[in-house]
Amino acid sequence: MKNSPTVDEQLDMLGRMVAVRHLEERLGELHKAGKTRGPIHRCDGQEAVGIGATAMLDDEDLLTSTHRGHAHYVGKGVGLHPIVAEILGRATGACAGRAGHMLIADVKKGLLGGNAIVGGGIPAATGFAVSLQMKNRADGGQRVAMCIFGDGAAQTGICHESMNIAALWKLPVIFVLEHNQYGLTAHHSTQSSVPDLSVRAAGYGMPSEIVDGNDVIAVHRAVGAAVERARRGEGPSLIEAKTYRMVGFSTSDVGGYQKDEDLATWRERDPIVLARAMLADAVPAERLDAVMAAARAEVDAAVEQALGDPLPVFAEHAPSAPYTVAGA
Amino acid sequence: MAMMRYAEALRSALREEMQRDPSVWLMGEDIAVYGGVFKVSKDLMAEFGPERVRDTPISEQTLTAMAVTAAMSGTRPVLEIMYADFLPLSVDALMNQASIYNYIWNGQVTMPFVLRTQGGGGAGAGAQHSKSLDALVAHIPGLKVVAPATAADAKGLLKAAIRDDHPVIFLEHKLLYNTRDEVPDGDHLVEIGKARIARVGSDVSIIASSKMVVDALKAADELAKEGISAEVIDLRTLRPLDRETIKASIARTHHAVVVNEGWCFCGYAAELSATIMESCFDDLDAPVERVATHDIPIPYSEPLESTVLPDANKIAAAARRALA
Ligand SMILES: Cc1ncc(C[n+]2csc(CCOP(=O)(O)OP(=O)(O)O)c2C)c(N)n1
Ligand SMILES: [Mg+2]
Repeated sequence: MKNSPTVDEQLDMLGRMVAVRHLEERLGELHKAGKTRGPIHRCDGQEAVGIGATAMLDDEDLLTSTHRGHAHYVGKGVGLHPIVAEILGRATGACAGRAGHMLIADVKKGLLGGNAIVGGGIPAATGFAVSLQMKNRADGGQRVAMCIFGDGAAQTGICHESMNIAALWKLPVIFVLEHNQYGLTAHHSTQSSVPDLSVRAAGYGMPSEIVDGNDVIAVHRAVGAAVERARRGEGPSLIEAKTYRMVGFSTSDVGGYQKDEDLATWRERDPIVLARAMLADAVPAERLDAVMAAARAEVDAAVEQALGDPLPVFAEHAPSAPYTVAGA
Repeated sequence: MAMMRYAEALRSALREEMQRDPSVWLMGEDIAVYGGVFKVSKDLMAEFGPERVRDTPISEQTLTAMAVTAAMSGTRPVLEIMYADFLPLSVDALMNQASIYNYIWNGQVTMPFVLRTQGGGGAGAGAQHSKSLDALVAHIPGLKVVAPATAADAKGLLKAAIRDDHPVIFLEHKLLYNTRDEVPDGDHLVEIGKARIARVGSDVSIIASSKMVVDALKAADELAKEGISAEVIDLRTLRPLDRETIKASIARTHHAVVVNEGWCFCGYAAELSATIMESCFDDLDAPVERVATHDIPIPYSEPLESTVLPDANKIAAAARRALA
């Protein structure tokens, strides 16, 4: 099928998904041990969306993410060590400890960046797309912007405003709606009058598709087609990937609102199990085991290294203009 | 008197006012089924039903504008904005709608709504979840702004805010929700616009609000060991400002330290400093000392965040400078 990933691409995505899952597990432990600050928003169960949607992007394509961005970061090619070190507040982190886990950016990799103002990434990607469209027209390039955002973010006013402008100006942007059923603790049925948010695309004259967000190949195909369309200069698309968060909203979540039967149903559709099963015919089990083990080992090595890294010193990272210390 | 956590005191204020007045209702993100991310509205939906305790979509700009008009048309909404960092989304409705109508329509309308939110750093929540934006809202004419430091004041001021016929911005602090103190029984109301002397002293007046009162009291303990007697004024209301209490204190101590957890430049502490210059100049023996947050986005990593924010040590050092 068109836009289907090759076996090697599938193996790469499987490895990245396993790395993200293991990262989330390690971060859960580190949080419990008091080694991270603030809440951690894990994406266990949603890895196929972030990894599948970003697989066909280049470093020159710009991605905006959310407060739940670990799969997006890894998918966009940010190194595991700079991610972990940032979350542990180390001077060696992707942003030298200034950003924390929700706000990571890596300009070289085209990640700009995590965003904890819900909805904030949507106009951000739209603005990137204007600039990229102008640059593409000037040099014949095919750069695109992508925004991965949640079902909660889809209810913000800026989501509507961004999509209207993106469609109006035929911007090279792909809106990937990561529909995990909840905005924080609120079920989507308390957030919008329609279950499928992609119906809204029709109101902008923008193509849309609903895809199984736990099937990394399906995500890759649907988003891949939207990316190609944007690269051809035909404008924006909306892909709604249906998935489910298998853990709490964040490490501060006291629970009580996710149904046990829903959790059980979705655990059976664990995207990593599905991704591995889809490779079973083409790749021997030992090779799959090795890919998964290598991904976990890479995370463990990043964590060990980051735990030994120094914390930042304010004076060494002294703010430069336009920032100032109080009274200066 | 009952020992209560700050969050519980807020909840009991909401419950009592909802029992007293059927036109009071609540809206906000995750406040109904979940009971709020800081659990302030826990169990209230069960008691008052989903019409009066509403979960909303993530739509702060619209929710704030709706609170304004709902309040003009016969009900008393209490809107929760989860983090003060999201106040900029509300500011158009506050600045261009809420603040103007009572005045430009010549008193034809009142606007009894309360916007509750919480701010403040120290929790490692990063640059978009740690700010104190007191100055942003206190700048707006027509709004009242309160910022309680204790459970007792949290309860008494929230009840007063809900009964007030004008918009009240109610600023809580994430690090205060679990602090406890004695809350008076019965229909406990605290008048908006009245500061409180949190500690009596004779050498220097430290003027603070919200969590900075806790830090100022710690600083006063330290200063006492050095023989310095610091008076701590808990403003409780940021607008309208209780100038009389400040003036009377400085008339006795002749030295002033102003403290605010917001950014320093154009911040709330600057307003305090200007007020003192205007009304206490002859009483001052030294320039006013200001303690506020560095003019930098609040960083995540602990050594960076703790350097940027004001704390007891910085307040004590400012008092020593004032007295030097
Ligand atoms: C403007 C704004 N309002 C509220 C919040 C608090 N908040 C953080 S995440 C979240 C839910 C977001 O839901 P969704 O977009 O579906 O993302 P998910 O958490 O499901 O990944 C809320 C309400 C915020 N960070 N920013
Ligand atoms: Mg969601």
